[in-house]
Amino acid sequence: MSNYKYIEAIEKNLGLFGMLLGIALTLGGLAEIVPLFYQAHTVKAAEGVKPYAPLELAGRDIYVSEGCYGCHSQQIRRLRAEVQRYGPFSRAGESVYDRPFQWGSKRTGPDLSRIGGKYSDAWHRQHLLYPRSLVPDSNMPAYKWLDTTAIDPLDIQARMKVLRILGDPYSDAEIDGALDVLQNKTELDALIAYLQGLGHAYPFKVETLKGGSHE
Amino acid sequence: MESSLQLKELPETYNDQVVRLFILAAAVWGVGGTALGVLAASQLAWPVLNFDISWLTFSRIRPNHTFAIIFAFGGSALMGTCYYVVQRTCHTRLAFGKLATFTFWGWQTAVFLALATIPFGITQSKEYAEPEWPIDILIAVVWVSFGVVFFGTLARRRIQHIYVANWYYAAFIVAVGLLHIVNNLVLPVTLTKSYPIYSGAVDAMVQWWYGHNAVAFFLTAGFLGMMYYFVPRQAQQPLWSYRFSIVNFWALISVYMWAGSHHLIYTSLPDWVQSVGMVFSIILLVPSLGSAANGLLTFNGSWDKLRTDPAVKFMVVALVFYAASTFEGSMLAIKSANALSHYTDWTVAHVHSGAIGWVAMITIGSVYAMAPRALGRPMHSVAAMNLHFWMHIIGLLMYVVAMWISGITAGKMWFATDTNGQLVYSFMESLRAMHPYYVIRFLGGTLVMGGMMVMAWNLWHTAAQARANLITPIPIPVPVPEPDQVPPPLTVGGL
Repeated sequence: MSNYKYIEAIEKNLGLFGMLLGIALTLGGLAEIVPLFYQAHTVKAAEGVKPYAPLELAGRDIYVSEGCYGCHSQQIRRLRAEVQRYGPFSRAGESVYDRPFQWGSKRTGPDLSRIGGKYSDAWHRQHLLYPRSLVPDSNMPAYKWLDTTAIDPLDIQARMKVLRILGDPYSDAEIDGALDVLQNKTELDALIAYLQGLGHAYPFKVETLKGGSHE
Repeated sequence: MESSLQLKELPETYNDQVVRLFILAAAVWGVGGTALGVLAASQLAWPVLNFDISWLTFSRIRPNHTFAIIFAFGGSALMGTCYYVVQRTCHTRLAFGKLATFTFWGWQTAVFLALATIPFGITQSKEYAEPEWPIDILIAVVWVSFGVVFFGTLARRRIQHIYVANWYYAAFIVAVGLLHIVNNLVLPVTLTKSYPIYSGAVDAMVQWWYGHNAVAFFLTAGFLGMMYYFVPRQAQQPLWSYRFSIVNFWALISVYMWAGSHHLIYTSLPDWVQSVGMVFSIILLVPSLGSAANGLLTFNGSWDKLRTDPAVKFMVVALVFYAASTFEGSMLAIKSANALSHYTDWTVAHVHSGAIGWVAMITIGSVYAMAPRALGRPMHSVAAMNLHFWMHIIGLLMYVVAMWISGITAGKMWFATDTNGQLVYSFMESLRAMHPYYVIRFLGGTLVMGGMMVMAWNLWHTAAQARANLITPIPIPVPVPEPDQVPPPLTVGGL
């Protein structure tokens, strides 16, 4: 091991050690993250995918702050059983307006990518307030406070403006119109609007397949 | 006048005051973090325990549990041991004493604020990066200060050669700083709400580059630093192979950064990134098992300590679980295995065999090795340390085995199809099958929490003299011949 003197030099020189450390630590991230910004389908919206309407946006942010992602994924993987259960697999272009992304990492409950339109608004209302009245063995918490908490229209409007700075193509009319749309809405209204909008952008009809229902 | 004269004649001593504070914090957060975990586990088994109270609801408690364990418990243990180790291995007093004390209070404030805001819905909901931007800024400031203290101390070392434990602590500090900043770039709307500058697939990649390397550099490299000091120290033998530790170090830190995308296999992330992540995850097996082997083989010739020293018991089992969970991690990164395990409790089992088995056990072993020296007297009760060991290991096995079975069961049920190609089980059927395992997991978690309480009790009694300010600072053994230290040695008061 006559080459040990080179290694020893690194171990005795803090500056040299730090430099090599810096190189080792940055390469992986640079190689894997930077190219994604240039891959069109990871950054461009798929056909039919639009920024969230004000009420849906409010609902999305409730979904985020309540931590729904802890039990529900929004990512149908390219696996046959998964497509059978939940519908057509997810494409990168479908989640370009998700900040943060909502693919999740654990399914204690089912995937929600294509939940929109599968159940009625009334079903969701009942289910979010009293989950076990509809699904007796569910271990989902009840979210009763959503029904009594109002949405602040000005807050959501401010959020739309920030999102526009980040590149979400909201028009002036949409931002101005947000205040009216959000009058007298509760967090529950918003969350249901968000859930009902999920998965609609996909060009194919989302079929409910056998075994795909939650009960 | 007289006191300043005396001060100069006193030998330079270790700054263990800040180390003691971090040990105390780690003990307290160990109990708090596992208690949050037990609450979350009980809610999955019995949803009535959500009590319909927003801030006690599972979806808000679960991120609080992970944040408390990683950053409050793990962070305090890492910073405390880091300050302890860097002084001993460099034969010098901690640089910037006041800044070191600031890192303690700053870190505690940051994690307290995070844990006090997440349950109230003030969260970015990026896993392990939940706090909103004002807290993120505080974390960044404390982290940079931590780096200044650590590298400042390294610069003052009296031993020219930098010991391997410090390489790991250095990689841990630099990498976590980088990850934290890049993953938390947001545009604020208000003090309590912001949007990440990344979205969709790009955000997913950035998040799991962060999330996976939080595991790599917070939960692995940092704790390997701990291991490389306390294992030889407690085995009272030199490291099995120093050269092997060099090879493992450079391999581990350069390969880990590529592996994050294995969290996104079969998703809508571009295929090539998934494949790169998978390949590097398998290569990672080599330096991971190498580090574990190096630690374990260091006990060659002193295995008898397993009978007498509870700290050694914790360390040996920690290394076994480190080897086991990194092996499991590489296997789960293989696409076909990941298809089955992803989104199931197998992930949860894997994380907890790493967190309860490796991270917590190497920490507990190191604390039991360090506390008597930092607190100036032997541990109050050896029986309590042994009790802790058995509670911890039984709790760990109950937890991990239950989640393995639960995860594989769910994966199999989700994929099961009949002869017509139709799905056999509804989602609810798989959830019903999970229930017994969720109860066992709750019981296992309760045992681990109980063990943490035993440790806190034991440390409290051991710290009696420290609380009464009866600690005599430990003089630093100055190597002979005394080297020309640039910058010069510190006085007792520090900076």
